[in-house]
Amino acid sequence: MSHWLRQHGQTLVLTLKRLAHNPFATTLNIMVIGIALALPLGGYMLLQNLGGVAGQVTGHQQISLFLARDAEKTDIAVLDASLKQIPGVRALRFISRDQALESMKQSGNLSDVITALQSNPLPDAFVLETGGSAAELEQLELQLKALPKVAHVQLDSAWVKRLESLLALGRMAVLILATLLACGLVAVTFNTIRLQILTQKDEIEVSKLIGATDSFIRRPFFHLGLMLGAFGGVAALAIVYLCMQILNRRILELAQLYGSDFSLSFFDLPDCFALLAFAAILGWLGAYMSVSRHLYEIEPR
Amino acid sequence: MISFSQVRKSYRGGYEALRELSFGIESGELVFITGRSGAGKSSLLKLIPAIERPTSGTVLVNGQNIGSMRRAAIPFLRRNLGLIFQDQKLLYDRSVFDNVMLPLAFTGHTYKDAARRARAALDKVGLLAREKANPITLSGGEQQRLCIARAVVNRPSILLADEPTASLDSTSAGEVVEMFRSFNQVGVTVLIATHDEALVQRLNPRVLALSQGRLAA
Repeated sequence: MSHWLRQHGQTLVLTLKRLAHNPFATTLNIMVIGIALALPLGGYMLLQNLGGVAGQVTGHQQISLFLARDAEKTDIAVLDASLKQIPGVRALRFISRDQALESMKQSGNLSDVITALQSNPLPDAFVLETGGSAAELEQLELQLKALPKVAHVQLDSAWVKRLESLLALGRMAVLILATLLACGLVAVTFNTIRLQILTQKDEIEVSKLIGATDSFIRRPFFHLGLMLGAFGGVAALAIVYLCMQILNRRILELAQLYGSDFSLSFFDLPDCFALLAFAAILGWLGAYMSVSRHLYEIEPR
Repeated sequence: MISFSQVRKSYRGGYEALRELSFGIESGELVFITGRSGAGKSSLLKLIPAIERPTSGTVLVNGQNIGSMRRAAIPFLRRNLGLIFQDQKLLYDRSVFDNVMLPLAFTGHTYKDAARRARAALDKVGLLAREKANPITLSGGEQQRLCIARAVVNRPSILLADEPTASLDSTSAGEVVEMFRSFNQVGVTVLIATHDEALVQRLNPRVLALSQGRLAA
């Protein structure tokens, strides 16, 4: 165990030294990987933020429930009780037809017309505070329509649907982009490791001749792939963070015009670590493919 | 320790490097393999560390059959051998010291222990003062001695040298041969392939003379 750890430790130091020995090439490699990862990562961050906003908006949905004209006070009491039983309903407000007429009169431009009316044409109404996805709202709508003495349920779920499918489209686009660029990352490490194997051709040949096992020869390349991936991941996070800071200045100005304090927020720590692990695994994969392809070509004669 | 029986080695295209070769080498022997170039000296030496496999016949090294050896077992066979190559195979991207450290990287030594061994090996071949130099700056004789240091740093029981004096003047060649003799005196089995008759006559060792892939009478 300690032998194994020591070998890995020595390989790690060696790999870092090699990377530091060639800072220009190393920086370029890491930048390529970083930018490739930053594109889907940035898209993902934007979507996460938009999803949060959409959740806030769709989280406060109002449904108006207009009662039949012949609804009596007892009907209203029964309805009030059964509405309170429905789990999706967060708040409930009753607006009587007289209250509605009064507020219409107050609102101004229609007051002349209203005073000219013989009787009150407005129905009694409930206003429900609810929330949820488009599907949940539609389910609720059906449930409400089935209640006695309910004449009409007014709910605008179309825009929630549009927003949801727009977000789903965005997620799909980010997923496709991420898949393509993950392949790109594997290709970049594959090629980098191939070049590194070629540079160390003599050393590999001599090592094989003097008794190095295949796993010993492979190990530094796996480390290299892992490190390129992980450093690329760090670069990607840095790029996305910087871009977010730049965008946030403008967004804050824009949001203030709408009386909101919305701004983009960054990934939390577990997400960052997950990304680094993912990038490192992709780097390792590229290294693995490259090593299995090229190392056996170097056989001493 | 090393035994060849009925060994044949042919290459693609039908060229036969070794034909029906049989001999045995005991532990602690010093043996020269002689013959003109193309006689099969290098082919013979490449069979022992399993760089090449015999086409037919049996090669045994320390009781292990080279012809049927698994790929994964080869590194462990080679760790017990000290190899000195015709083309030296020194690494010019690192110091003399680091060249000697290479075989110790995968044998589980701590850095301190490995460094001590490497310096001991360099001391034995008289290169301790040049440990920080790049091998490219060494003379031909010094480079050859560096190859010897790298070959013996793991304390192998068998030392194989392919034309170790080929590019050296007679003084340097003499030093190199003396070195082989001193390793042999402490119990190391030494096999040297050479076409240098003068060298052979000076030491009067056991000689395997090859001619066209066979032992000459």
